[in-house]
Amino acid sequence: MTDQGIGASVKRKEDLRFITGKGQYVDDINRQGQSYAIFVRSPHAHANIKGIDAKAALAAPGVLAIFTGEDLAADKIGGLICGWMIHSKDGSPMKAGPHPALAQGKVRYVGDHVAVVIAETLDQAKDAAEKVAVDYDVLPAAVDPAKTQRSGQPQVHAEAPNNTVYQWHLGDKDAVDAAFAKAAHVTKLDIVNNRLVPNAMEPRAAIGEYDSGTDNLTLWTTSQNPHVARLVLSAFVGIAPEHKLRVIAPDVGGGFGSKIFIYAEETVCIWAARKINRPVKWTADRSEAFYSDAHGRDHVTTAELAVDKAGTILALRANTKANLGAYLSTFASSVPTYLYAPLLSGQYNIPAIYCEVDGVYTNTTPVDAYRGAGRPEATFVIERLVEVAARETGRDPAEFRRQNFITQFPHQTPVIMAYDTGDYAACLDKALAMADYKTFGQRKAASAAKGKLRGIGFSAYIEACGIAPSRAVGSLGAGVGLWESAEIRVNPVGTVEVLTGSHSHGQGHETTMAQIISSKLGVPIDSVSIVHGDTDKVQMGMGTYGSRSGAVGGSAIVKAAEKVIAKGKRVAAACMEVEEDQVDFEAGEFSARGTNKKMTFGEVALQAYVAHKFDPEKIEPGLKETSFYDPKNFTFPSGVHIAEVEIDMATGVTKVDRWTAVDDFGVLINPMIVEGQVHGGIAQGVGQALLEGARYDETGQLVTASFMDYGMPRAADVPSFNVAMTNTPCPSNPLGVKGCGEAGAIAAPAAMVNAITNALGHEGIAMPATPQAVWRAIQKMPRKAAE
Amino acid sequence: MYAFDYRRPHSLNEADLALKAHPGAKLLAGGQTLIPAMKLRLAEPGQVVDLGGIGDLKGITQKDGAIRIGAMTTHAAVAESTVVAAALPGLAALAAGIGDPHVRNRGTIGGSVANNDPGADYPAAVLALGATVHTSKRAIGADQFFNGLFSTVLEESEIITHIDFPVAERFAYAKFANPASRYALVGVAVAKSKSGVRVAVTGAGASGVYRLPQAETALAASFSAKAVDGLKIDASNLMSDIHAEADYRAHLIGVMLRRAVG
Ligand SMILES: Cc1cc2nc3c(=O)[nH]c(=O)nc-3n(C[C@H](O)[C@H](O)[C@H](O)COP(=O)(O)OP(=O)(O)OC[C@H]3O[C@@H](n4cnc5c(N)ncnc54)[C@H](O)[C@@H]3O)c2cc1C
Repeated sequence: MTDQGIGASVKRKEDLRFITGKGQYVDDINRQGQSYAIFVRSPHAHANIKGIDAKAALAAPGVLAIFTGEDLAADKIGGLICGWMIHSKDGSPMKAGPHPALAQGKVRYVGDHVAVVIAETLDQAKDAAEKVAVDYDVLPAAVDPAKTQRSGQPQVHAEAPNNTVYQWHLGDKDAVDAAFAKAAHVTKLDIVNNRLVPNAMEPRAAIGEYDSGTDNLTLWTTSQNPHVARLVLSAFVGIAPEHKLRVIAPDVGGGFGSKIFIYAEETVCIWAARKINRPVKWTADRSEAFYSDAHGRDHVTTAELAVDKAGTILALRANTKANLGAYLSTFASSVPTYLYAPLLSGQYNIPAIYCEVDGVYTNTTPVDAYRGAGRPEATFVIERLVEVAARETGRDPAEFRRQNFITQFPHQTPVIMAYDTGDYAACLDKALAMADYKTFGQRKAASAAKGKLRGIGFSAYIEACGIAPSRAVGSLGAGVGLWESAEIRVNPVGTVEVLTGSHSHGQGHETTMAQIISSKLGVPIDSVSIVHGDTDKVQMGMGTYGSRSGAVGGSAIVKAAEKVIAKGKRVAAACMEVEEDQVDFEAGEFSARGTNKKMTFGEVALQAYVAHKFDPEKIEPGLKETSFYDPKNFTFPSGVHIAEVEIDMATGVTKVDRWTAVDDFGVLINPMIVEGQVHGGIAQGVGQALLEGARYDETGQLVTASFMDYGMPRAADVPSFNVAMTNTPCPSNPLGVKGCGEAGAIAAPAAMVNAITNALGHEGIAMPATPQAVWRAIQKMPRKAAE
Repeated sequence: MYAFDYRRPHSLNEADLALKAHPGAKLLAGGQTLIPAMKLRLAEPGQVVDLGGIGDLKGITQKDGAIRIGAMTTHAAVAESTVVAAALPGLAALAAGIGDPHVRNRGTIGGSVANNDPGADYPAAVLALGATVHTSKRAIGADQFFNGLFSTVLEESEIITHIDFPVAERFAYAKFANPASRYALVGVAVAKSKSGVRVAVTGAGASGVYRLPQAETALAASFSAKAVDGLKIDASNLMSDIHAEADYRAHLIGVMLRRAVG
């Protein structure tokens, strides 16, 4: 049975339905009497709404209702919330403006929701939406995060003077200043971490349904965490109490973070369903996805690294302006603070770190967590600094890193994190060998002979995953706990249903979680079904993001499985007429030590339900166990990625020629799925480095609002990846897993830019390094290198 | 998408009648441009006349030193045609470089040329090869056919039936793809025949596809990449957008020109 258990690269159970078109996504679901919602969206980045005339639209064929922010307010429906409180340096709480699901008097970004039109058919809703006349008083827009705090800039929210949500800091400023004062060398970089549009394959969608017989509401939504959605919609927005609201996130086609958040559209659909007593469906088109899915990244940073004569890092200083967009999305405040600055130590022994972050409002789409969430931004800062410091001090970038690696564990960084384990040099050595680092010079010469530039770049990243101990995140301002739940229901025939609070939207949980059960209970994976994404089935859960489903959700399953085994032993002992502590369980079999008595897992399950052979005073019938697992620590996946690029000097085209990734994810549940996650993550990171970048013009119009203008990475843009793993098992969870979902996206951008700048011989390039940008950078190359 | 009426005529004549009966009617070929525009509600034709039912409009033949390609011939058909591969391999390669397999199996040469997207590939070949665009009304020379961004001399209710490409001694097309859309950011087509050399540039011109006379003269004197090395490309009539400023486009024209010449 272990050939299907932990460590086996079994094929994904869910793929049959996905690749044969049998997946059930929200848009595939249709309810009796369903109506269709279309949102009237602001064409302006910033405007006062002087009036909304919906008369003509209401009279249009098929229209059932048109609602505006006033209707929500009249029903006392609250605004959308940001669930993480950040305090500024001066101790004051962050200053956030309200975030109504439909605008109330003012719109703050292009795509902001002004009204909803609900009609019998989608086309009727679209036709009518065009007839809604909104009288706007257009205001100047604050667009640039680097300038938005200046005086005279348009004010996005009256509650946040100078568009400043918070001025946060972490670390010891005095210690850092002192270290810089005695540094032999200081490397300083200005860094822009470009804004990204998530672009999950499935656009967001929602169906709200009201049952007037029971007064129950059901919301189908594209969510990574349906229970969190229910909690927010109940406790904060005031849609209905939790026991009256069921949230279902069925098959979901990718999220990358963008489906964590609770959005205006789903809020309006569920509210309106009761209002008109009809199911209300909304599915975003791709344009709406560009405008209204929370974007990612968007940092402007100045960062410095202090190094002594011997090449030892003394201190790091960073100052970041984090663009939060026009409203605070659900976890927006935490991403550029606690998910960012605590990772600035990277894999290095850095005695002193100080980071200041201003979270700022602009008249742009809200920004929130996106694959990696804060950790890619931190990795980019530290890995660019380290690479450039090595260059500036004439050191080999690999050896400079090695010299400064943390080697003793546990390691307390100066910025909160206590790394539990790792072997960074082992990763580096393996990566150097796999990347043929020693012969890079030969390849560079061969490229030069063809008139091409070749560069190599490193990224030795660390991330904090398995997010995380509830008490820890609570102390940092989180409004929720971050444990996970699992319920194991063993059927009388010995098949197993696992209810998990994690949510799979591409990760393959139906396979990997079944593998965990297979290892623990000794049943084949085909005898295991994974149930997730329905608040009526799974009691409570925190969902999937931050590479937490294996480490936290999987561990909860292990804990519940241990309880199942314990109960099974009691049942087996009674059946075999031995003492409970005489019973062993291994590979799906209960046996009585010192006898030849044995029972299979299925036999014990049956006996648990038949309940003929034990005393109900001592053993309850049935075989079903639950665990809520809260980890002791974050997990710390790490690794070394090496990118090798070749640049066409004539055109500026950067070809990613070779990619080496050596990652330490601890124990692997399914190596094939892990590799897939690494591949996808690298492709996303390469996309950020070379192609992607949301751009607004000075009036706040999103000029990259379609795939015609927003470049996405394609298969041909990446090489065949050379991927390997090292394994230092995670000590803080029973599986020893660390999480692998974000690593590629975290590691790749820095490796790419380090490779490109290595080829160019100067640091003057920002992401995305488009052909034009690289070509311009080539014009600025030092003469000799360009020849 | 707004509601529309759909016709699928089986002859050119029927199509003609359908167009005349409904001013503002739109022809539908592969639908790769028209359908997205309709879905975004940017196009609102009350009538759509699908050319897909007219068999005569499809197919590739060689006659009198020219390759004749029916308007409804897909990019994939051109890319895979042995006739095209033998006579004008550069044209087959151009078709193979359009969009992705889905687009190539739906999109047509007639639709591409009629649409005259400034980033489209075919217009460069039509212009460089001095092709003749045949319509339901007349034959139009390449130099007359294109007249601005998304604009041609086609009249309302004029249907492209086929395009004749004279076989050249040499023809090549070098494309620099837009990193986002993968249309041509700059595409240069070069054709050498007895009557001389013609060079056409797509993707870059502020008023669409255009010829490059200095390059033609230089190449007529000596057909080599060296002959056009250092050729000064005027950037003043080129597009600037978020993907490429005019000076970069001008530079790329030079590079793609040299690569097309080989
Ligand atoms: C994702 C994507 C990528 C693409 N990439 C490229 C690329 O790299 N390079 C490139 O060149 N193109 C590209 N295209 C465009 C595509 O290849 C088609 O050439 C183009 O869409 C038009 O052809 P069609 O047959 O689809 O025409 P349709 O969309 O059906 O029609 C386009 C227009 O032409 C008119 N029309 C069609 N046929 C005729 C006719 N016979 N006579 C008169 N008028 C007619 C229609 O009325 C309409 O106005 C891409 C398209 C997509 C969707």
